[in-house]
Amino acid sequence: MTTTTRRPKTRTFEVAGLTRVEGEGSLRLVVKDGEVVEAHLGIFEAPRYFERLVRGRAPDEVLDIVARICGICPVAYQMSAVHAFEAAAGIEVDPAVRALRRLLYCGEWIESHALHVYFLHAPDFLGYASAIELARDHRVLVERALRLKKAGNHLVSLVGGRPIHPVTVRVGGFYHVPSRSEMTAVRAELTAALDLALETVAVVEGLEPPTFDREPRLVSLRHPTEYPMNDGRIVSTDGLDLSPTDWEDAFREDQVGWSNALQARTHAGEVYLLGPSSRITLAAGQLHPRAAEALARTGLAEEIRRNPFRSIVARAIELVHATAEALDIIDDYRPPERPSVAWTSGPGVGAWATEAPRGLLFHCYELDEVGRVATARIVPPTSQNQAAIEADLSDFAPSVLHLPRDEATHRFEQLIRSYDPCISCATHFLDLRVETRA
Amino acid sequence: MSPSSRRTAPRRPRVGVVKFASCDGCQLTVLDLEDDLLAIAERFDIVEFPEATSRRSSGPFDVLLVEGSISTDEQLEELLRLRRETTTLVTIGACATAGGIQAIRNWSDHGRWAATVYPRPELVDSLAFATPVADHVVVDAELRGCPIDPRQLLELLTALVVGRRPQLPDESVCAECKRRGATCVVVASGIACLGPVTRTGCGALCPAYGRGCYGCFGPRGDANVTGLLAGAPGFDDADVAARFAGFTVWAEPFRSVVDAHGGPPGAMPASAPRGSEDPR
Repeated sequence: MTTTTRRPKTRTFEVAGLTRVEGEGSLRLVVKDGEVVEAHLGIFEAPRYFERLVRGRAPDEVLDIVARICGICPVAYQMSAVHAFEAAAGIEVDPAVRALRRLLYCGEWIESHALHVYFLHAPDFLGYASAIELARDHRVLVERALRLKKAGNHLVSLVGGRPIHPVTVRVGGFYHVPSRSEMTAVRAELTAALDLALETVAVVEGLEPPTFDREPRLVSLRHPTEYPMNDGRIVSTDGLDLSPTDWEDAFREDQVGWSNALQARTHAGEVYLLGPSSRITLAAGQLHPRAAEALARTGLAEEIRRNPFRSIVARAIELVHATAEALDIIDDYRPPERPSVAWTSGPGVGAWATEAPRGLLFHCYELDEVGRVATARIVPPTSQNQAAIEADLSDFAPSVLHLPRDEATHRFEQLIRSYDPCISCATHFLDLRVETRA
Repeated sequence: MSPSSRRTAPRRPRVGVVKFASCDGCQLTVLDLEDDLLAIAERFDIVEFPEATSRRSSGPFDVLLVEGSISTDEQLEELLRLRRETTTLVTIGACATAGGIQAIRNWSDHGRWAATVYPRPELVDSLAFATPVADHVVVDAELRGCPIDPRQLLELLTALVVGRRPQLPDESVCAECKRRGATCVVVASGIACLGPVTRTGCGALCPAYGRGCYGCFGPRGDANVTGLLAGAPGFDDADVAARFAGFTVWAEPFRSVVDAHGGPPGAMPASAPRGSEDPR
């Protein structure tokens, strides 16, 4: 963290590497005469060129490759891709397959949200550098986190074979599905996890957020009967309503010099935000009754929408949702008659969006005459959130510029962490620099 | 600190966990050791782990776990610096040990490759080759896998604590598959499987689930790829290249197999020596 002040009215804040985020990034905030003139979230994670890596590949190979974009949310990448290929081929999967995919996604939401709430975000509110240091004073809290995370990982392993880069998803269904007895075996652990999730809500609703009130443009999927994961239409707080295949009709991506991720905006150039707070705002009606009840009890729905620091509550509510829904899926489970339907890859275009833990993840694949990938487009949630995070930083900065530099800088970092940026996903790393010029 | 002073004044080893070009999944495996994590944090002094803690250290490290392949000039510079600070450097995962899936670009012209992803590739800092850590510095131990296996990670950490060699298997996935009692997917279903030439560590997961191994733990020692290919007629060059062009493609002998079968799918070499030029 370095600081240079060139003139009396010029302040520079820099953090040369954000911590407790997934991947590598930086921020540069330039304040001139008390006004933010530049707020750049730099993403310098080395490019890995996934859109190029999948060219020439068969769809089933692509599912394994795109998982490697992110070790924290590999299921999300497999889900958006598998739906895109199934949309291209016109494949309808068995309802039990559909339910299993939701279960797999529930597992990923649980492990990812538990990691973020307790390991990445809560230490900011409680004044610790990490969950490991937090455990010295609050062991019960961290043990709760570990048990929740483990329950999520067990679900992903149950359906996918292993917690990171699961191996069972294929176009048309699964290579392998769990038996009923394997499913009921995790019931007790999940029931306990639901209690842990409810306790999590009770803890995080009491964490005092920095004051920040703004009117954001939020975007998520919405489905008439289920909380958005694999399916639904893309909707927004300002009235968007389109098919998950038509992301490109509403949004575009630009490249900027300070980031190895492309930044997304609406075609009108407006920023928008994805993720748990967006989903809760736009799809609260589809929350599991247990989660809806927990949300109502906090009385924080409106604050979740308006104050990004409250996203920790949104994640906790979604922990309740995901554990409760996972239990329902397990109770209703009957193995599909066939784990997958036969199909042949051919020419076509397939696009789809699903809800990764961090928000809407769009994939689009063009398949050549022999059914191999000709072009791919992958738009991760963090690259879509990047411009909105920068806009929020600009709006938020004036309220903390009176604070000592380290404290102000810490607030900026905390704000960035509240979006749970996944820089590995966005393709690159983030480095926080704040600079003030006269 | 000298080795002798370490013996007389036992202290917790200073551990760092860092990453280069990768998905974060292998370092996440450290946090996924849920039952043992707090005990590990008591045994080791985790002084650098940017994903998990805001407390930073630039060294020295008794043990450094390194994830990711080397893909930019800055990463190379940082790796050389870290090596100087580190007593025991352990690479974790397919990216660090073999270059990872991103090493597929090593068969292509880098400028043309980058231009297919970024509208302005000149803004992106990236080396032409994605390479394993051992291409640049001495590596003291490695954990294979995409991702690494949590049991192997625990074994490594335990071995470090007691000062013995970690017991890491170098047998094939086939051996594990037989022990597991799984039906051989090659024999029973004619499915292409890299199990015979791939190092175990995953628990023979894919074959047990009825799909062929895709080699994420990389080649085992003395992997007989010639024998495997001779025993698998009916696959054309492109099929073979695609199968080996996975998460450990840059590791020999997988790399040579891909070379001998026309390069990985979608390669765009500067000139097209093997006719694998991508018309796009």
